[in-house]
Amino acid sequence: MRTLYEWLAIAAVVLATTAGDVLVSRAMKQIGDLGDLRRRSGILTVIATVLRHPGFLMGVAAMAVAFYSLLFGLSWGDVSLIVPAATSLTFVTNAVAAKIFLHERVDQRRWLAAALVGAGVVLLAL
Amino acid sequence: MTFRKYLVLAGVSVFAAAGDSMLAQGMKQVGSIAPHQLSQIILTVLNPSIAVGILLLLCFFACYTNALSWADLTYVMPATSVSYILLTLIARFFLHETVSVTRWMGVLLISGGVGFVTQGPALTHPGAAKPDELPLAEGVPR
Repeated sequence: MRTLYEWLAIAAVVLATTAGDVLVSRAMKQIGDLGDLRRRSGILTVIATVLRHPGFLMGVAAMAVAFYSLLFGLSWGDVSLIVPAATSLTFVTNAVAAKIFLHERVDQRRWLAAALVGAGVVLLAL
Repeated sequence: MTFRKYLVLAGVSVFAAAGDSMLAQGMKQVGSIAPHQLSQIILTVLNPSIAVGILLLLCFFACYTNALSWADLTYVMPATSVSYILLTLIARFFLHETVSVTRWMGVLLISGGVGFVTQGPALTHPGAAKPDELPLAEGVPR
């Protein structure tokens, strides 16, 4: 039962993190380079623009779900399983989601990078 | 890629590593929480380690959103996985934990992934770039 809970928490963290990352990434691309925006209109405008963007707020909500799923998971299981498992899987799901939803050109270099980092995180957990 | 942008990526890595380790420490102090004890898990933010962890993760999030405003998600994620390498180094040299050969191999793989992705362009999709840069956005390092 404990193992099932652990993997349910991992699945929840992976799904919610991916949704949050994609939503926030899309929102930030719509807003544009924050450095440029700050130089043009000041830091307060940057903060107001970001905090008023609906996509950003939805992304933050998804990340809050991921955060509390992670806290649940950490209270049930080992940090050395849950954090690396959730993070390494997120590298792969994010690459797939970025290709589908954000239309990023995920070339061989990036697949390889995501796979290497994912595998490396698994090794850290062993 | 400018110095400021590398600094933002470094901020993502450092704050993520520091924030995660504070959270882990805090949850160990709080102990196990059952699924139906929702109020209890919300109150965990009162634990000092978790509070500091959340503050550090807020700094992480500010750097992360900044990075995503000028780079692809599939660039930012591997590029900032330096945080795992940092965590291992902190564990080995500051907390004096024993780091096994397998873990050092994990660090090597992650370093390889980081090296791979940072050699490529940071932004590949033209959707949101500034209009005057649209023709350049595809495959050109910024």
